[in-house]
Amino acid sequence: MSSSFEFTSENQKKFQEILKRYPTKRAAMLPAMHMAQAQHGFIPPEAEEYIAGLLDVPIIDVREVLSFYSLFLQEAKGKHHIKVCGSLSCWLRGSGEIREYLLEKLGVDEGELTEDGKFSWETVPDCLGACELAPMLQVDGYFEGCLTREKIDEIVKERT
Amino acid sequence: MPIVKILSEFFGNEQARDLQWRLKHGGYEAARKAFREMQPDEVTQEVIKANLRGLGGAGFPTGRKWTFVPKDSDKPTYLAVNCDEAEPGTFKDRYIVEWDPHRLIEGIIICSYAVAIHTAYVYIRGEYVRPYERLQKAIDEAYEAGILGKNVLGNNFQLDVFTHRGAGAYICGEETGLLESLEGKKGWPRLKPPFPALVGAFGCPTVINNVETLSHLPKIIEKGGQWFADLGVERSGGTRLFALSGCVNKPGVYELPAGTPFRELIYEHGGGILDGKELKAIIPGGTSAAVLSADQVDLPMDFDTLAKVKSMAGSGAVIIMDEDVCMVKALHNIQNFFAHESCGQCTPCREGTSWVYRILSRIVEGKGSPSDVETLRGLNQNMSGTSICALCEGASMALGSFLEKFGDEFDYYAKYGRSYVEDARKGAVAV
Repeated sequence: MSSSFEFTSENQKKFQEILKRYPTKRAAMLPAMHMAQAQHGFIPPEAEEYIAGLLDVPIIDVREVLSFYSLFLQEAKGKHHIKVCGSLSCWLRGSGEIREYLLEKLGVDEGELTEDGKFSWETVPDCLGACELAPMLQVDGYFEGCLTREKIDEIVKERT
Repeated sequence: MPIVKILSEFFGNEQARDLQWRLKHGGYEAARKAFREMQPDEVTQEVIKANLRGLGGAGFPTGRKWTFVPKDSDKPTYLAVNCDEAEPGTFKDRYIVEWDPHRLIEGIIICSYAVAIHTAYVYIRGEYVRPYERLQKAIDEAYEAGILGKNVLGNNFQLDVFTHRGAGAYICGEETGLLESLEGKKGWPRLKPPFPALVGAFGCPTVINNVETLSHLPKIIEKGGQWFADLGVERSGGTRLFALSGCVNKPGVYELPAGTPFRELIYEHGGGILDGKELKAIIPGGTSAAVLSADQVDLPMDFDTLAKVKSMAGSGAVIIMDEDVCMVKALHNIQNFFAHESCGQCTPCREGTSWVYRILSRIVEGKGSPSDVETLRGLNQNMSGTSICALCEGASMALGSFLEKFGDEFDYYAKYGRSYVEDARKGAVAV
């Protein structure tokens, strides 16, 4: 751990504002981690140490939170990470075929990076909350639904 | 009865999330009325009269919940707004936040006035990026316009509203898991008592209400509790948002009076079953609710009726399954979710949900044996009523109901290593 992590000056200012929202410093844990991840792409051990320092908590407390929440990443994903909703409503509307097509299209297994580092993908067992668009996925934070092979072609093309 | 749209009035209207437009269309009038004409207790009484129930899923009477907050506490009282909606099949709070965020903010103001709350946190699930952006923008606009902040709507009343983003844990929709997460911890639910109304966020009295519940408040204050109560059934007032999905022609969010029968939702509003197939099963309130069979399609969708048939209205998420759905595979999908989302705190849940999932995985891979189905039945008895929160209870309710109503399909799959439904479609059922 020779490298170090710190918030950009803009994020440092934002963090000071966030602290004022809560009666305890520790409550700023999730916001701090969201900010660290947005800044760095994932939360490296140096960021855990940095956040622990900001919040006056032991590093293990940060690690515990980091490992509990599935949206906090401990390693980099593709530039565009695709999450296919695997929950019941999407499954009933054919999420299985979407998975098969993504595998064919991207040529990498779930959890792996494409050669150019641009894409990675996974199926999540939790419902993403857009069942009216089933089958759907989330990419770059946003929802894409009523998926077909053509629609997936477009989603990938736009980002290639 | 004409269809009354309370919450969904502006769904689909791109202008409605703009504050200036919303102010011209009734926005914040009910909150002004509450400040101008009503004492805080009168607001609570009106909500009690309305028979408004908690629409996150538990169905607890909202007004009564507020009365549990002590009036003589020397600590601040907080409002935690539950926008963590993650129960599979549920997407109605997202509609409110995306299309009409000012209705929610107005509801937050009314609740805060009634219970003397000066800080509210909206806990919104991390996956909801666009809903979060829209809500945050609406909150920022409300601050700029003096609707939130030091003098709410020009009154001597301070209210701050902050968003707090979750990070992908279903358990944080459980109210005490939410509080732990708000405090910067992993979302392990707390033992109750003490209840959050006494000891909630940061050790202080806390009201926790769902987005949809709070969004009903403006209309209740505008038109009166009795008006709202009359829209629904005996002990469940008003309308609610039903999130319809699965094998139907028109999945979506439909606002209907509490107590509307499933048949009306599925066939009149949802356009019937996909590809003209037959209805096989209904999950009435998210995947934690016991599955219903097709012959229960005329049941009214209200909390008390569904509790009587040992299921629940839950979050109002109605998932439809047609005749070609293999119930073993469907339950396998559902239990994958619970095994993944069990927080790991209580042994029966942590071990039970993943064990159930492993057994079901074995069966759908064709490697099961008849004794597996018996093991599932036994496991279910050990999961019900043995953990701190309702996650395990939900997993158990789903498991038990699938086994009870569609047990033959499980026995067949475990015995022959193939899906009964798929064999029947091919005309190749083993005898």
